[in-house]
Amino acid sequence: MTPLAVTVLGVDRPGIVAAVTGVLDQLGGNLEDSASSILRGQFAMTLIVSAPVDAEQVRARLAPVAEALDLTLAVRPVPPVTSHPGTGSSFVLSVHGADKPGIVAAVAGLLADRRGNITSLSTRVAGELYVLVAEVELPAGVAMADLTAALDRLAAELGVRASLHAADADLI
Amino acid sequence: MRLAPDPVLATVAAPVDPCAASTVELAADLLATMRASLGCVGLAAPQVGVAARVFCLDVTGHRKARSCAGPVVVVNPQLLLAEDPEQAREGCLSVPDLTGDVLRARRVVLRGAVPGSGAPVELVADAFEARAVLHELDHLDGKLFLDRVAGAHSVFTRKRYL
Repeated sequence: MTPLAVTVLGVDRPGIVAAVTGVLDQLGGNLEDSASSILRGQFAMTLIVSAPVDAEQVRARLAPVAEALDLTLAVRPVPPVTSHPGTGSSFVLSVHGADKPGIVAAVAGLLADRRGNITSLSTRVAGELYVLVAEVELPAGVAMADLTAALDRLAAELGVRASLHAADADLI
Repeated sequence: MRLAPDPVLATVAAPVDPCAASTVELAADLLATMRASLGCVGLAAPQVGVAARVFCLDVTGHRKARSCAGPVVVVNPQLLLAEDPEQAREGCLSVPDLTGDVLRARRVVLRGAVPGSGAPVELVADAFEARAVLHELDHLDGKLFLDRVAGAHSVFTRKRYL
């Protein structure tokens, strides 16, 4: 069975998860990983499901649900293992300051230039304050002092503050 | 009260003379402002617009507090010990709309000076008081809890009941 990635986007309301997973259950699908978020009332969900049917069949059976709940839906096959080979180290990057266009693009560009991989991203606007928090995997052997200096320079240009700390997991 | 993104909150504060009249005045202002702010258990000088190494603290009556030194003001604090980290959600008067999950030590020892006399003071704190100490110390280094959150999904919009 090739796992399928099902993504769903629509105005949040009760019953979206129940309707979508109900169809997948009827098709004999087994939910594996999933995540969802709500931003400004838009509900977005990604489900990884292994099912004895192909993407086209799942799409066809989900179509009436998408129609009824006004959801944008996509289904695509995924190779069994798609996780990024975690060779590097994980860091948490915080950027905050006065809101202005281009902060995410500039910071992401700097990281991409150094082959840093953003594995998780969240941004918030709270009044005048803009907050970006990203989890970043940096390749082994990256020059940290150099990266920190480059981030500081960029932050100064953007008029924001940036800080990077190792995302250490404390073993207990 | 200064709110992020005010630059003073991102400035490393300077040591001050604990015996100076301006320091005593600042200490009184911090305590008064803390008292006047509902739910406030600590306040650092940068939060009232002064880049000086002074903060006040009072966790009296807080449900998560164990140690409690009562109302204190510390000038030029130095952290001597921080151990036993624990993750918990915290907020800040200077970031009124957000909260975040932050890993902080559960036991701290702090040394500093008393405003006015300049006498040395040592504070041994645990649990919530230790967290408050570390949060205030961060303010003196131009850091907010936003700089320490555990991950991209560790910042939350604060629910406001007022």
